[in-house]
Formats: sequence, C-alpha cells, structure tokens
Amino acid sequence: MTTNSRIVIIGGSAGSLQAIFKLFTGVEDIKHIAIVIVIHRGQVGEQGLEEIITAKTGLPAKEIEEKEIPEQGCLYVCPPDYHLLFEKNESFTLDYSEKVNFCRPSIDVSFQSAADVFGSSLVCILLSGANSDGADGLAYVKERKGITIVQNPEDAEVPYMPLQAIHRNIADHIFTTSEIGSFIEGLR
Amino acid sequence: MLLDDMLEIYGYDFTEYSKASLRRRIQRIIINDKPASFAEFRYRLKNSDAYFSHIVEEISVNVTEMLRDPGFYKAIVEKVIPVLTSYPFIRIWHAGCATGEEVYSMAILLREAGLLHKSLIYGTDINPAALEKARQGIFPIEQLQQYSRNYIAAGGKNDFSDYYTSNYRLVKFDESLAKKMVFSTHNLVTDSSFNSFQLIFCRNVMIYFDKKLQDRVLQLFDSSLEHFGFLALGAKESIRFSPIASNYSQIGREKIWRKKT
Repeated sequence: MTTNSRIVIIGGSAGSLQAIFKLFTGVEDIKHIAIVIVIHRGQVGEQGLEEIITAKTGLPAKEIEEKEIPEQGCLYVCPPDYHLLFEKNESFTLDYSEKVNFCRPSIDVSFQSAADVFGSSLVCILLSGANSDGADGLAYVKERKGITIVQNPEDAEVPYMPLQAIHRNIADHIFTTSEIGSFIEGLR
Repeated sequence: MLLDDMLEIYGYDFTEYSKASLRRRIQRIIINDKPASFAEFRYRLKNSDAYFSHIVEEISVNVTEMLRDPGFYKAIVEKVIPVLTSYPFIRIWHAGCATGEEVYSMAILLREAGLLHKSLIYGTDINPAALEKARQGIFPIEQLQQYSRNYIAAGGKNDFSDYYTSNYRLVKFDESLAKKMVFSTHNLVTDSSFNSFQLIFCRNVMIYFDKKLQDRVLQLFDSSLEHFGFLALGAKESIRFSPIASNYSQIGREKIWRKKT
C-alpha cells in the first residue's frame, strides 16, 4: 500500500456483526481501500467468519496472516483471541499478550497501533457493543488526525459502546450503517 | 535506543523483535513504573542489573494456558504421540514456555499414553522468573475450569482433577510430572542448539519476532530436530514462507509439521 491510501478499521462487539453485514449491503467497490475488522467474538465455533462475511457481502474477505501487508480491495478479519498490531512497514502483527478491557482482540489496542502507523490516512469506525473497549483508541486516532466514525446509537443493537465515544466527544461523524456504507464507498 | 543499551550492556538482543509489540510492552512498563522522565528510566535500565531483569520479565509476554487449542492437542495425541512410542527415549523441547502450562499439558498426555517414564521435557524461556513458576507447577485456580474443558475436548482419558491438588486460590500439579521436566533459560535470539529432539513446541513466540529472526529461529529448530521429528507452532504461525519449508510436511490442518529427512 502507498502511504496516501486509506485504511479502514472497523471495531465492534455485541451486535456488530449484523451491523457489518448491513453496512456493506450495496457497497460494491472497495478497490481503493483496505478494510480490517476487529470484533470481539467467541474463541470457538466461529471459525470461518471470513466466509460468512464474503457470503453476506459479496466482498473478498480473509483472515489476517502474521506479517502480511494489507492490500487494497480486501476485507481482513482479525482472528479470535489475538491482539492485532501494525508495524511501521504497515504489516500486521498478531500478539498474544494480556487481555485489555477484558478483551482479546482489544479494539483500543488495534486503533492505537494503527494510528501510530497510518496517522491521518486512517479511518476508524466503532460499532455496536456492550463494553467500553474502543473509546480510548478512538480518542488517540483523533489526536493523530485520523477520521473517527461512531455508529448512531439509535441504529445500534447495543448502544453502550458507541455512546462511550460520543460522550467523550471524539466522533467526527455519527452515522447509521447505511451512511457508513456510503462513506466507505466514497473513499478514494 | 533502549534496545541498543540492552544489547551493549547486557547482551540481550531485542532489535529483531516486532516493533509494534515491543512498543506496547515498553509503554506498559513506563505506565506501571512511572519513572520521572525517559532519561531516568534509561539511567535505571543502564545501571541496575535488578531493574534490567525486571524489564526483561516485563517485555517478555508470559500469557499461556494449558491445552490451548484442544484440536491441536487432539492431533498431538492421535498423530504424534503414537510415533513417539517407538523411541527408546523421548526428548521434547518447549521453546519459550513462559510459566510452563504447556509443558505440564504435554507431560499429562505422555503419562496417559504410558510414555512419560521414558521422556524428558525441556522447557526454556528468556525469563527466569517465569521458569521459576514453571518449576513449582503452581497455577492460579481461576482458569482450571477452562483447562478441564480443554482437557476433555483434547481427548483426555481421566479426570483432570487427578493431576492436581488445590489449595485456596492455587493448584499444584502432581510432582511426578515435574520430575520429567528440565527448565532452563535459553535465548532463541542468541543461543544455539543444545540437544536433539523428536518434538519441538514453540507456540505464540515467533509472532513477536520480525521475519528475519523468525527464519533464523526456524533454522535453529530444524538443526535441533531429529530426522522425522515434529515441529509444533501456534495457531497463527506457519513455516510456509521460510527456508526450511521444503523439508517438512504439514500434519492435516493443524500447525504441526514433520521433518521429511
């Protein structure tokens, strides 16, 4: 990826998977961006999330591989039970250190690490969820001039997580899933 | 800068570790220790052996669990242990074993296969404090329920509670298991091979290394494995793009590879 290209990271917890299916409905073109999905999920039984996402959205999705460099036009899914970090050369690093906010992957960890690497070309989106993971990371992304988007709590299945970010006044945009979809499609 | 200090003064080389993970570890240390300034932090690191040991302990990730990924252990039981049976003496190396949960896991599986008496399991790590915990075989009780579930899912034959005694919030694993273990410090970055093995575990360790170091460590394992030996890695690790790949074949879909010659 060139440094000017956009990378989008989508974080969420309870209720976020449905939101992801919804927001990509009608999104046909992600040629110009790489999208990374970091959501909390059970350790077992949900293998093959990338197949489900591809089936539901028609977009190419794959599970992240260690030290792989994200490419435009692809949806990457963080594997369960690892934190996802980014190296200076933009490659993924998986990390099995302590849970953060009782979560692994932690959305805070991925947002912060990505903000250090991608700065203003980063877009972070926080979706539905029942805990406060993600808000600290989003604040850091904003500090680093990235774009921060939070799902409209009225549109979210579990509004707690988006509300944590909204109360801290760190969201550049508060969007419904369909607005997030149009925003992503508009990214070049 | 800190990494250069640690290499020059103490001979610990972290320069080929994944920078993204290291940065988080060091930030964590600074948040916990609250040095007055970066200069003070650096001064303490350079001038106090004790503080340096503390840093090594904190930089290394010591998160581990027993029988993690039951599907993986099921494959160890069904595909690897039957091969080990034929050896008169079994040597296994857990590289980067942290507090030893996986070493105890393996000892239990060997006992159930009737092989523990002729086995010796080496557990190594760069963190001496973690190894001391491993030697004692005492683990917090909180995760035992998860471990029991892992044990059943991995095809364990007995009652998992046969292997430990609990005392308040801790459990101690049967000392007869520890008799077949040797724990010692070993640095995968700088130390060389110290024996030959039929099976090497190194799970969720190489994710903290950069590609170059990963390849070098894999070569170290390759030279430490006997012919037809097994190499077992973490769920998201692979030898696929490494120089040793061509001499190994993967066992099914699990992260276990067998040396061809």
